Amino acid sequence: MNNPQLDRDGNLKHLLSIEGLPKRILNQILDTAESFVGVAEREVKKVPLLRGKTVCNLFFENSTRTRTTFEIAAKRLSADVISLNVSTSSQSKGETILDTVDNLIAMHADMFVVRHAQSGAAHLIAKHVPPHIHVVNAGDGRHSHPTQGLLDVFTIRKYKPELHNLRIAIVGDVLHSRVARSEIHALTTLGVPEIRVIAPKTLLPTQVEKLGVHVFHDMEAGLKDVDVVMMLRLQNERMSGAMLPSSQEYFKTYGLTQEKLKFAKPDAIVMHPGPMNRGVEIDSNVADGKQSVILPQVTYGIAIRMAVMALLAGGLPAQQESAGGSQTGSAGDA
Amino acid sequence: MKIHIKNGRVIDPKNNIDSKLDVFIAAGKIVSLGTAPEGFTANQTIDASDLTICPGLVDLSARLREPGDEYKARLISELQAAVAGGVTSLACPPDTDPVLDEPGLVEMLKHRAKQQGLAHVYPLGAMTRQLEGKALSEMNELYTAGCVGFSQANVAITDTQVLWRAMEYAATFGFTLFLHAEEPFLAANGVAHDGEVATRLGLKGIPSAAEALALATILRIAQATGAKVHISRLSTAEGVDMVRAAKKQGLKISCDVSANHLHLTEHDIGYFDANCHLKPPLRTQRDKDALSAGLKDGTIDAICSDHTPVDDDAKLAPFAEAEIGATALELLLPLTLKWAVAQKVSLIRAIELITQASAQILGIPAGDLNPNSDADLCIFNANEYWKICPNTLKSQGKNTPFSGLELAGKVKFTLVHGQIVYQQAH
Repeated sequence: MNNPQLDRDGNLKHLLSIEGLPKRILNQILDTAESFVGVAEREVKKVPLLRGKTVCNLFFENSTRTRTTFEIAAKRLSADVISLNVSTSSQSKGETILDTVDNLIAMHADMFVVRHAQSGAAHLIAKHVPPHIHVVNAGDGRHSHPTQGLLDVFTIRKYKPELHNLRIAIVGDVLHSRVARSEIHALTTLGVPEIRVIAPKTLLPTQVEKLGVHVFHDMEAGLKDVDVVMMLRLQNERMSGAMLPSSQEYFKTYGLTQEKLKFAKPDAIVMHPGPMNRGVEIDSNVADGKQSVILPQVTYGIAIRMAVMALLAGGLPAQQESAGGSQTGSAGDA
Repeated sequence: MKIHIKNGRVIDPKNNIDSKLDVFIAAGKIVSLGTAPEGFTANQTIDASDLTICPGLVDLSARLREPGDEYKARLISELQAAVAGGVTSLACPPDTDPVLDEPGLVEMLKHRAKQQGLAHVYPLGAMTRQLEGKALSEMNELYTAGCVGFSQANVAITDTQVLWRAMEYAATFGFTLFLHAEEPFLAANGVAHDGEVATRLGLKGIPSAAEALALATILRIAQATGAKVHISRLSTAEGVDMVRAAKKQGLKISCDVSANHLHLTEHDIGYFDANCHLKPPLRTQRDKDALSAGLKDGTIDAICSDHTPVDDDAKLAPFAEAEIGATALELLLPLTLKWAVAQKVSLIRAIELITQASAQILGIPAGDLNPNSDADLCIFNANEYWKICPNTLKSQGKNTPFSGLELAGKVKFTLVHGQIVYQQAH
């Protein structure tokens, strides 16, 4: 089975999932992102790598943060950006996903950034588009959210560069979380020795340990001596019913408070992919506390998305060490 | 019309025949195996050197999509697919639109199928009206109209009282119920086996327990009511164990497995291959091995194709939204042969699983080469490999997980009532 994300030479063709990507590619994206962090601090926050290219944000499921950061990232690369909220337009008229995609291809889109409520939607589109078009998965069902996974490891690398020495806990609704799956694959690929998941059994998928994680159901045991605490969002619809009895009980058992954070290492960092439910999975004084790196995550998210788009369509040579600074006008096809 | 089929290897599991014999056919019937009857002059001679002659295959589950779903497949296309696959008799589940819960619909379907003069169609009537699982259908009327058994297709009955009554009623008249074992609450919205692959791909799982729970309910009620029950498309190791134990207890049950489940596992979903979106879901290697073992030791009685043609567009959707099913009538023989070779099962036993065994479950006069029986035959080359190309399949449904695979077992001729209804083009 060919890896649908890589071309024949092993270069990134689409970004659909972290799973199946070699360490070399992950590091390439992270290193490229490093060079883009500075772009935002310049007076002219733009590089011309995607000049003349059209990036199409195709969101079949609502999103604010992810869509906005993709939009900003594309604009900083000088691309033309169209953002379509398809959930409110043609899908409701009965058009299929691939019909929507075909129409946009006819309008000469060069890249699709896709979010969809069903796992595998980005793969479906990637399989369908002609070879010169690139697809970036911006979240598909419970499956994958690769740029989020990458920006999370990027953030971790910034604060805790020695990845091979870390103990990381992921807390919350792993069952429904594409973010957790992407984080787990990214961290295992990059050699993080110990990854834990902490959640009640109702929020863990079957055989989650086969993803390479240690399973805990208790915050004290699970957070003991960890360097990084990654909290997951608990969606409203899970909070009462057969998954969990109530948000109060969840907060009491699994919500991250200063008290529970003390089980982790004193210099542990706290992360959250957003949007947060304060008082459900995380206490405000932790979210806004000095161990929190939640806002830097958002900032780095733009650099990561720039790196991914630049590597896919910006003509960056495969072994590019640094981009952004001296690059001018090289907007040829990758 | 008199036909002489010469030099072929004749396999008739029912009569334990596996030898080089000539077959003589007259007036639609098999008149003799071996020596020509006195005064027999053939109008046509088929040279079956290097070929195997067996009873026409009998498929326990093939959707023809008529009435109602003609854009997915039509009676004519699917019956052509059947005979191209050597299938001369098939049972079709009642989940058409409208569902087969009225005698008139069944008569119409039987009539239209008969007009094609291809494979024999044996409808399974809906066990409950509209398959809603609430009120019993008119089983006697449906039986008279041509139904050979009753089924809920893939629709589960949640009300155990109704299931109990349906079994009691069916038992009263000796009808067989064809049931697919899946507990609907545990399986709700599930699209893949609840295991490692579903976890990785973020697909909602259907646990093995969903089959075990439904099976426990069905077996217990079958025991209490004495109903004849056939379990359609078993998929788990646990299910095989339960059926084995139930048979040991003397329950009147039988069961089948789909050819897909003998060859594929959850891992074949790969990168969301919608052709592997099947019901029941593809399960683990361990389950697959248990199904094989169950088939070998007789716990599982037969192999079905579970032919479910789907139009291409319905598969061009994210995995969970892609329609369930795969085209399979033309693959039943080669997939069965492939399984038999891999499992070191004799050809005669393999053929039995798709002819005599399924005919017996359906209670239809087919699946053997008895003298004076209808000359429904499949003549194939067991050693000829052919590549599964969706576009060369006769079925209107082109979706199969086996696309591109080379399989041994090519049907050369299919006869129904002594008429050649299919001959491989040269």
